[in-house]
Amino acid sequence: MKKAGIIITAILFLLAIAGSIRTPYSHTAVSYDRLQGPSGSHLLGTDNFGRDILSRIMKGLGTTMTVALLTVATGALLGTLIGAVTGYYGGWVDRVLMRFNDAVTAFPTFLLALLIVSLVGPGSKYSVVIALSLVFIPGFARVMRTEYASLACRNFVISARLMGAGHLRIMFCYLLPNTMRVLLPALTIGFNNAVLAEAGLSFLGIGVSPPEASLGYMLSESQSLIVSAPWYVLSVGLTIILLVFGVGLIGEGSRADA
Amino acid sequence: MKKKVFSILIIALLLLVSCAKKDASQPSDEVRIGVAQDFDSLDPHHMTAAGTKEILFNVFEGLVKPTPEGEIVPAVASSVEKSEDGLTYTFTLRDGVRFHDGMDVSVNDVLYSFRRRMDGKDSAAKLASLSVIESIEANGNRIVIRLSRPSNEFLAAVMNVYIIPQNCTDIESYPVGTGPYMFKSRTFQHSLELVRFDEYWGKPGKTEKFVFRILESPDALVLALQSGAVDIVAHLSSDQTKQLDSDQFNILTGSMNLVQALYINNAEKPFDNVLVRKAMCHAVDRKAVIDLAFDGYGIILGTSMFPSFAKYYVDELTDYYEYNPQKAKDLLAQAGYPNGFSMTITVPSNYTPHVNAATVIAEMLREVGINASIQLVDWGTWLDQVYTKRNYQTTVTGVSSDNMTARKLLERFGTTTGNNFTNYSNKDYDRILAQALAEPDDAVQTQLYKALERNLTENAANVYIQDMADLVAVRKNVSGIVFYPLYVLDISTICREK
Repeated sequence: MKKAGIIITAILFLLAIAGSIRTPYSHTAVSYDRLQGPSGSHLLGTDNFGRDILSRIMKGLGTTMTVALLTVATGALLGTLIGAVTGYYGGWVDRVLMRFNDAVTAFPTFLLALLIVSLVGPGSKYSVVIALSLVFIPGFARVMRTEYASLACRNFVISARLMGAGHLRIMFCYLLPNTMRVLLPALTIGFNNAVLAEAGLSFLGIGVSPPEASLGYMLSESQSLIVSAPWYVLSVGLTIILLVFGVGLIGEGSRADA
Repeated sequence: MKKKVFSILIIALLLLVSCAKKDASQPSDEVRIGVAQDFDSLDPHHMTAAGTKEILFNVFEGLVKPTPEGEIVPAVASSVEKSEDGLTYTFTLRDGVRFHDGMDVSVNDVLYSFRRRMDGKDSAAKLASLSVIESIEANGNRIVIRLSRPSNEFLAAVMNVYIIPQNCTDIESYPVGTGPYMFKSRTFQHSLELVRFDEYWGKPGKTEKFVFRILESPDALVLALQSGAVDIVAHLSSDQTKQLDSDQFNILTGSMNLVQALYINNAEKPFDNVLVRKAMCHAVDRKAVIDLAFDGYGIILGTSMFPSFAKYYVDELTDYYEYNPQKAKDLLAQAGYPNGFSMTITVPSNYTPHVNAATVIAEMLREVGINASIQLVDWGTWLDQVYTKRNYQTTVTGVSSDNMTARKLLERFGTTTGNNFTNYSNKDYDRILAQALAEPDDAVQTQLYKALERNLTENAANVYIQDMADLVAVRKNVSGIVFYPLYVLDISTICREK
């Protein structure tokens, strides 16, 4: 299962990397060959501006993956820090930070992301990254806190402390490797959520700016063409599904392994 | 056993629903129209949304009203006389004009309506364009209005003074006017019903009853057409019309009466150089913009005026800048940008037509070496940063004229005009504009307006693109839609064939 996941993800990853080097056509070039079905010259057809859909998917995949990876990396890093501190120390630090965390969690995620994007200034993939990572922090923090709290009183921690290891050393050299059991699946689930959230934000028109491509933005463009160009919405939708599915399989597999 | 009963129940329910649907099939004397937004106010002096004015045009009338040909003709007044010096207008009240509540229209109602829009007691009703009025008084069945200076836009302003009864207390809930249709009922966020007013002074409406269904999502509008819930929807995109069955619907093409252009901040470098602006005009293939982003629907424009204002439109300006990328490159080199430059097109994200146009324009500019990127902003940011603070390089938007004069389309490019968001500044333009605004003679003024249009084109103030098409889907058995050079939907001529 994990193998299948790795293969699917790797193919998409290669496609995105290939897209960043070269695409069959320019992903922004418009032409009079509008709304053409899949053919030899355009493998996935063309969109309403006559742009090659395959080229746009390759570029869009890159944008979406970059956004998702950066989002998860930032979210996980800050979330783990907060989770580690609150879980390890407990006490008032825990209470203050986690209540704050609860407040953020209680706010509808998507609305919060919308709010942050409009504050940072829409239209760039980095504003989407900032918005989504902030939204993703509480989830990681909560998962990691639980893990840290349950590990903090184990014997190996006590013996490490007796040997004179500092708090930071214990937190990140002794405890962190032991949290992989939950962190890895959380990362893959987070990645998938980020892909879908990017799609959602771009769908609402506040993600990347045209003529740049992202899977979400393409999905929103294809929405009004469902009848006249079904291959457009299908190819974009399937790409998103494959990406989420592939990464999801890896996550499932690594949880079974750990 | 239980399962059987359940399934029988379901079948019965389905049958009932299908019968109900048949029963609800429309009586022949009713037409349903889908609209995309709720009505902001039913008080004709308070309404501001274009979509509300569009419909309530059928309920209220002024002393004068517009025709599809773009003329202003007497309505509640039977005649209009203008004095030699252009300072006095005398309106004679038409005999036998009645309000929807059955009362005759008197001069006092007219005076009340004018005062409500003038005196500022009700600030929302105040109409700035009436500020030229010096005095207004009644003389028998005549209303005499004196102006402080001659104004050719005055009648267009009078058009917006909808006559309402002086004793009305709650016009918002019980709108009473003199138009061919009268208010019957309204359900917030859902629908509005209008019925024919049988004592109308003019040509009576052809259909007994109209229902306006409010369907805020674009998909819901298309679905409502397909399911038969509505018969007419205006302002559709070409993508939406493609989803409709051509056996069932006619697609009519009107025009939006707005000037869509790549508006340029003329004060910003490098756009302060006229050669750069001319290069941009040569670089954009307007026909391709319309073909690629609008399915070929749209009328190419070359200046800040559209053909439905036939009186003011200067046809030869349309092709002043032919599509010629090489010439564009030469002009750029001449201007000192042989390798082009980078620029940003700021577009409001909620206006898909403008975003689509910008997408194609950016590609064309790239062909000649201008690296154009698109920045999407929300409508509020656009209004604040682009329209008000003029803090932008270029933008794609549409400029319209909501009364039937050329003034609104041209005055905004005067150096000192408040809404000159393009920062266009040209001495000749300012001089001719001042002349035109002060000119009492209509024919001379028209010539001056034409000179202004020529000035805008020759100096490449903006890259004018098109007057966007207004696509209207109409069920095959419904006919009689007439387009106006204004944003109105005249329902009095619409009928269902029997």
